[in-house]
Amino acid sequence: MRIALFVTCLADTMFPAAAKATVHLLERLGHEVVFPDDQTCCGQMHINTGYQKDALPLVRRHVQVFEPYDVVVAPSGSCVGSVRHQHAMVAAGDPALATRAAAVASRTYELSELLVDVLGVEDVGASYPHRVTYHPTCHSLRVLRVGDKPVRLLRQVRGLDLVELPAAEQCCGFGGTFAVKNADTSSAMLADKIAHVLETGAEVCTAGDSSCLMHIGGGLSRQQTGVRTVHLAEILASTEASQ
Amino acid sequence: MTTFLGMPLVRSRAVVARSDGAVYAPRGVGHLRGDESFPAAAHTALANDQLRRNLRHATTTIRGKSGRVIAELPDWQELRSAGSALKAYTMAHLPDLLEQLESKVTAAGGVVHWAADANEANQIVTDLVRATGERRVIKVKSMATQEIGLNEALEEAGIAPVETDLAELIVQLGHDKPSHILVPAIHRNRAEIREIFLREMPGVDPALTDDPPVLAAAARRYLRETFLTTKVAVSGANFGIAETGTLAVVESEGNGRMCLTLPETLITVMGIEKLVPTWQDLEVFLQLLPRASTGERMNPYTSMWTGVTPGDGPQHVHLVLIDNGRTAVLADEVGRQALHCIRCSACLNVCPVYERTGGHAYGSVYPGPIGAILSPQLTGIEDNASLPYASSLCGACFDACPVKIDIPSILVHLRNQVRHPRSEATAMKAAAYTMNHPKLYARAQRAAKLARIAGRRGRGLPPPLNGWSASRDLPQPPDETFRDWWRGR
Repeated sequence: MRIALFVTCLADTMFPAAAKATVHLLERLGHEVVFPDDQTCCGQMHINTGYQKDALPLVRRHVQVFEPYDVVVAPSGSCVGSVRHQHAMVAAGDPALATRAAAVASRTYELSELLVDVLGVEDVGASYPHRVTYHPTCHSLRVLRVGDKPVRLLRQVRGLDLVELPAAEQCCGFGGTFAVKNADTSSAMLADKIAHVLETGAEVCTAGDSSCLMHIGGGLSRQQTGVRTVHLAEILASTEASQ
Repeated sequence: MTTFLGMPLVRSRAVVARSDGAVYAPRGVGHLRGDESFPAAAHTALANDQLRRNLRHATTTIRGKSGRVIAELPDWQELRSAGSALKAYTMAHLPDLLEQLESKVTAAGGVVHWAADANEANQIVTDLVRATGERRVIKVKSMATQEIGLNEALEEAGIAPVETDLAELIVQLGHDKPSHILVPAIHRNRAEIREIFLREMPGVDPALTDDPPVLAAAARRYLRETFLTTKVAVSGANFGIAETGTLAVVESEGNGRMCLTLPETLITVMGIEKLVPTWQDLEVFLQLLPRASTGERMNPYTSMWTGVTPGDGPQHVHLVLIDNGRTAVLADEVGRQALHCIRCSACLNVCPVYERTGGHAYGSVYPGPIGAILSPQLTGIEDNASLPYASSLCGACFDACPVKIDIPSILVHLRNQVRHPRSEATAMKAAAYTMNHPKLYARAQRAAKLARIAGRRGRGLPPPLNGWSASRDLPQPPDETFRDWWRGR
């Protein structure tokens, strides 16, 4: 299958490892990955911070860039959530664009959705001999409803010891500009999330969103816990041998 | 363009429209506005460890109980959809339904009063109490009367309001503010409650312990005497049935039943959105409300009355219908869903922000996610501009809402109406421009990398980004962006 990568501005700029892993994984499964390089940002930050008008050109760009492709994938539940649930709304003043946005949205998938629902695979042939806990990010969970798809993928990874995260469904406190506008509350939510991650005794905390991982990882690093954050795509792409 | 959908009467001259033409809840009266912004109030609340322990314990307990009884119903999702549809219908037909309610209540011997805002409502209730010659009223827990600041208005007129709901009594005796819609003293533990009773409750036993049954018994002794000697009661209403003119109050302690049946005069203050079209519609809401709110299968005390019943219960029955900004909310096609709220507080109990900050940080009698969308709409957005941002948009509230109010979408909608700080608006415009020009964008990515190396542990970050670095490190900058790597493949 020919799959267009919607890299997301955050993964492109700050977490290219998650995007590269998405490419390696899909190519290993025998698919062709293309990267339309006129893509920039889906506009979610602008939309969620109250700048819908400024987001409109970004929505138009996103639609134009991804319109030619049958299948689009992003290593982010949050950005796919914005494409699926916000783009048509932002474009409401331009009905033709709104229709095109809805069409692109219907062909855009978060990574675990693409693997399980479209490609029909749960065992991606990965090997990752580590103790891992999974944080189901809010937008994957409650906007996209990915359910247990990421966990089903992780269970098939050789050597991976998956430990359940207590109070997993509680928000980590990132929330985009919320992390800055309400930094104290965001940090209080993060403190509880980190306490739960540490309770699991995991070496690695994984999730399907680089943004939440940046937040959780930033806290784990500040507290010098030694626990790493690794994107789901990187684990699924891994072929690290067991020790 | 303004849409007028609510109050069917001509507005009084005392009510002033804001510059956008809408009539909001007036300033200087009631409890819909805080003294400081949400982030500032939250900062203070977060430093209170006792508060956070109380809140975590209470919300975790209610969440568990509610989740278990909801899971028992195979048709919970269908019930939610039915509740949502009934409320949408009600809002679409509000003027007709209100007039129907008025005619039914009047036909049954009640008197209906229309109050455009808090000031008018307070005046109407104060005049009604004065006309009875009484100097004390008993109150059933009511969000509407808190919203309009009725207790303060009565006190100014020399009338003593006595809250009879146990938690409201604790709040009133403690000269405190409620912090939760359903559990107004959720921020207090039993040791604190014992101290308040010892200090403030007339005739309390000085040997009072902090054993919950002992505390409840002390309140009961005090309240029972008050119930038997007070001739006027003030209540809110959970539902007003247009078809029959029936009003309904649901409560758990029986204090409501006392207030609604013992006094000679009963004055009910109800927001115009609390209507349901028919008696049968209660079937849906009386299943949704107890399971979503207290985690009970059936509400313990459901009192309903239709005007006056000769020889039985209050013989003078008044209904004060208040707008207080609701017509302005109705005029917003996206935001009007906030008026579907049945005050169950499920959204508070699942909200990770509320669980950390508590209700006072929201500055309004309506805290939590529903407060973050309702208060700014009732007051006009400029009076509560920080509330739509008091959410990480995690979506837990939407899932928990028994009438499916899409709170995250309304938060985003309201953020779009806020007047943004100029520096932020400039930065956001520049970011949008850059992101719409791929070459500029690629250059900005490389520049961003240099800036990050300079301030890796975040110490070099200017405000407001230093909020990030207080508790979080920035990630290590990558050697190259994804697009640079892709190009070199």
